[in-house]
Amino acid sequence: MSLLTRLFGEKKKTAAIAKERLQLIIAREHIDGKSSPDFLPALQKELLGVISKYVKIAPEDIKVQLERQDNIEILEVNIVLSETASPPAPQ
Amino acid sequence: MRIVVVTSGKGGVGKTTTSAAFASGLALRGFKTAVIDFDVGLRNLDLIMGCERRVVYDFVNVLQGDAKLTQALIKDKHVDTLHILPASQTKDKDALTEEGVEKVIKELETMGFDYVVCDSPAGIERGALMALLFADEAIVVTNPEVSSVRDSDRILGILQSKSRRAMEGREPVKEHLLVTRYSAKRVEEGEMLSYKDIQELLRIPLLGVIPESDAVLQASNQGVPAIHLKGTDVAEAYADVVSRFLGEDKPLRFVSYEKPSLIKRLFGST
Ligand SMILES: Nc1ncnc2c1ncn2[C@@H]1O[C@H](COP(=O)(O)OP(=O)(O)OP(=O)(O)O)[C@@H](O)[C@H]1O
Ligand SMILES: [Mg+2]
Repeated sequence: MSLLTRLFGEKKKTAAIAKERLQLIIAREHIDGKSSPDFLPALQKELLGVISKYVKIAPEDIKVQLERQDNIEILEVNIVLSETASPPAPQ
Repeated sequence: MRIVVVTSGKGGVGKTTTSAAFASGLALRGFKTAVIDFDVGLRNLDLIMGCERRVVYDFVNVLQGDAKLTQALIKDKHVDTLHILPASQTKDKDALTEEGVEKVIKELETMGFDYVVCDSPAGIERGALMALLFADEAIVVTNPEVSSVRDSDRILGILQSKSRRAMEGREPVKEHLLVTRYSAKRVEEGEMLSYKDIQELLRIPLLGVIPESDAVLQASNQGVPAIHLKGTDVAEAYADVVSRFLGEDKPLRFVSYEKPSLIKRLFGST
């Protein structure tokens, strides 16, 4: 640091920049970590609609969730077909 | 018995240095203490503790049933009440199983240990997860540096979700922030995050600040935990950490810097 900058103020100190960056990084990671995306219920509903065309299925038999591990996301879709599942009667 | 994990996410921030000093400090206070090296494959703690030549059996030998815990535990040469369980250097990390680690911890409890200090490896993989799994308290070692603070934040998230306490819905792991490799001078000059900044970012109680110090290298050269280097700043700072951990009130030291420069004295700080 030169004598001049010491005496007459200067550009932002790097520690202040580090702190600002960290505030953003941490805030964002906390949001990412917690919320599950809001499209999941809609996706579940549409899947239910499509599958119901072919087999009889209850809404609670389709489970959709997002898992996060390190840097990857896994979209997990679980569809349970009961033993009595049968195609719906032809229209 | 209380289990304390020394963890960080980021590598090379001072976990092993801290584990050795902190465990020694607890033992100096008369507590029967075991310090376990979870860094399977690397094995550093025994070097820092200066007991590398006395390692016959290690943690993995015990986990795999090839040795008894009492055969693997090494008695510290400085403090009677301290015992070291070294990591193995060769075997693979998969040897660390939940059941195995749990069994060792239960056995330490029946042996009458007051504290078990777990020196975590860097990262957020198996070794680190096993080190924090059974923790009652966590010392999150953080350097005043962007990536270290970010990684500490991530490891806090893991403590809050993957520890046994979290998974069983018990009282959460008690978290402590330990800022290490701190340079009051650089903080003063605006070149380094202050401990207050870090605490504000991570929002956990501060256990202490350890200064950047040449004494740490002196200690590791000799294989003597830094807390034994009488009269040095790190030794004092670690002794304060142990006191605060035990509930005593100790003001922070080594966090302010007296500006020696003539110019600053003449013109005041800008
Ligand atoms: N307060 C300090 N002052 C100066 N140097 C330090 C300080 N604390 C640690 N170091 C140095 O930093 C390096 C890393 O320390 P240490 O091995 O304790 O870190 P670690 O977090 O255990 O690393 P790893 O993630 O590889 O296990 C060592 O060279 C050590 O001497
Ligand atoms: Mg280490």
